Amino acid sequence: MTVKTLYDKLWDDHVVHDYGDGTALIYIDRHLIHEVTSPQAFEGLKLAGRQPWRLNTNLAVPDHNVPTVNREVIEDPISKLQLETLDANCKETGITKFEMMDPRQGIVHVIGPEQGASLPGMTIVCGDSHTSTNGALGALAFGIGTSEVEHVLATQSLVLKKAKNMLVNVNGQVGNGITAKDIVLEIIGEIGTAGGTGYSIEFGGDAIRALSMEGRMTICNMSIEAGARVGLIAVDQTTLDYVKGRPYSPKGDEWEQAITLWKDLKSDKNAPFDKVIEIDATKIEPQVTWGTSPEMVVSVNDVVPNPADIEDATKREGIENALRYMNLVPGTAMTAIKVDKVFIGSCTNSRIEDLRAAASVVKGKKVSSDITLAMVVPGSGLVKQQAEAEGLSDIFIESGFEWREPGCSMCLGMNPDQLEPGERCASTSNRNFEGRQGQGGRTHLVSPSMAAAAAIAGHFVDIRDL
Amino acid sequence: MEAFKTFTGIVAPIDRSNVDTDAIIPKQYLKSIKRSGFGPNLFDDWRYLEQGDPINENESRAINPDFILNQTPYDKAEILLARENFGCGSSREHAVWALEDFGIKVVLAPSFGDIFYSNSFKNGFLPIRLTEDEINGLFVSVEAQKGFKVTVNLEEQVVETEDGTKFKFDIAAGLKDRLVKGLDDIDLTLADADKIRGYEKNRAEITPWLFQGI
Repeated sequence: MTVKTLYDKLWDDHVVHDYGDGTALIYIDRHLIHEVTSPQAFEGLKLAGRQPWRLNTNLAVPDHNVPTVNREVIEDPISKLQLETLDANCKETGITKFEMMDPRQGIVHVIGPEQGASLPGMTIVCGDSHTSTNGALGALAFGIGTSEVEHVLATQSLVLKKAKNMLVNVNGQVGNGITAKDIVLEIIGEIGTAGGTGYSIEFGGDAIRALSMEGRMTICNMSIEAGARVGLIAVDQTTLDYVKGRPYSPKGDEWEQAITLWKDLKSDKNAPFDKVIEIDATKIEPQVTWGTSPEMVVSVNDVVPNPADIEDATKREGIENALRYMNLVPGTAMTAIKVDKVFIGSCTNSRIEDLRAAASVVKGKKVSSDITLAMVVPGSGLVKQQAEAEGLSDIFIESGFEWREPGCSMCLGMNPDQLEPGERCASTSNRNFEGRQGQGGRTHLVSPSMAAAAAIAGHFVDIRDL
Repeated sequence: MEAFKTFTGIVAPIDRSNVDTDAIIPKQYLKSIKRSGFGPNLFDDWRYLEQGDPINENESRAINPDFILNQTPYDKAEILLARENFGCGSSREHAVWALEDFGIKVVLAPSFGDIFYSNSFKNGFLPIRLTEDEINGLFVSVEAQKGFKVTVNLEEQVVETEDGTKFKFDIAAGLKDRLVKGLDDIDLTLADADKIRGYEKNRAEITPWLFQGI
């Protein structure tokens, strides 16, 4: 028997037809849909007179445009139209949709695993690059464009080029206060934002195995920030414990049948990887990005880099551009950087574990008077309910945070939650691109506990010093 | 989809690496439910000096005279010359739609974001990977000659400059065929509908829980 990587196994299990030129027709088990990347796909389907191939594989949810304060009124007429269009398209086709007021509503990549709609061994797609999040379950999950959304609706399959295999081993255990977010930022800093282009990345090693499913989702979520469309983590007992008993998870005999298959969802011993990266977990420090690409990241105890130290002209100019945009001076200690706003949320860090970590930092403390807004946006209505039941919301509110309704919110600011030009934000989201959180806004990516600590101090601090 | 034909066009240089799809078309324009009309907001934050939104007209906004696509003759450019990892980030196909709507048909770069790359082919848009040395050379040529043009010949897989220098490029056979012939991807896949049904029948026996549905 040939030895295979986890990616190879998932790929082989879903080949409908091999075209023989490195591409194959791949069957799609689950299609998640949100309001931003689907309207044109539904329109195309309709114009061509086609019907969805298999209705019951689709699950739709509004998340990008939804307000996080008052949900009764959507003030922006264009956002409103987009949300209504999703509604109309789902009604017309018969696709299941979680309504905005449904407690199951939330960020599409949070609700998939939460509902058991995303399962190990599946192929999972969504018109959103952070679909890679679902790879934490041992599923082949990746973001697609709108034409591919239409293609999946029409054929339940996609023509894909097989990716190369990369293994990132995070060896040893992380120190106290170091989270999945710090691990993944360290990895991106190491391999670069294009380092994973053309690859599927499997994350392994002791530090990954020790993570909860929430932490694993944070890791796989940001594989796209390393350029890889697919992030994967092998199935183990942590995976099975998480999946068991969820609304759409298999039950009874089928559960037993499923776990027998799922236990093989790992790379075989000596499986061939095209590239292997070794990371020493014990050396990872709390990470903070300083620039406009997730690879522009350093330890919180480091300083803003100096472009003059860089020989490559394109790279040097890139750093100069980033520092200009971020209004930062080379050599500045990261801990000296003051922030205006704090955002805890997004498909990267809005699950219950993230909120617990942040709440434990702010408990009994007050948000700094230098902070104009500190907000927590839970990943789903169910995360919100659980956080409220655990008393986390009270901790946040007493501390001076705003406690909001679930959605993508200020990760990309398609709803009213945005940075003003020049504002600096400690954010638990995934992208620090120019203008990402609002035109002229300046984003520093951090873990939930680091964001919470920045809210209290008014500037970045090493979480381990608290 | 229209077939991709050989053409000669002006090359506009965008001399930055990691140009992300948020930069190509900012989020506020993704609220549109149409496929067209994104061209005026291509590279919106770089192109205008004032903030824009999808409701108000672009005509009244002050443009940034330093941005290349605001300058003659690059406002008529049909080819972009870019650095590594062009189109990284978000999966938004609106990035391709915005480039096309502006009049761009081809991007030359050492590498592309994976999702942007595959989105391109669904729209008759051609991302061409050249080596870093070749891209460096083209940046020098573009700098030296205003309105520098190249000819893009997909059938031959060649980019040719006016002095006859040729750059060969690689592309998957299937992708090339679809673009050259202007074929519809969904039609092609539906020709294999029986294979999809056969796969489903087989899978439903091995993994019945995947067919319970939502």
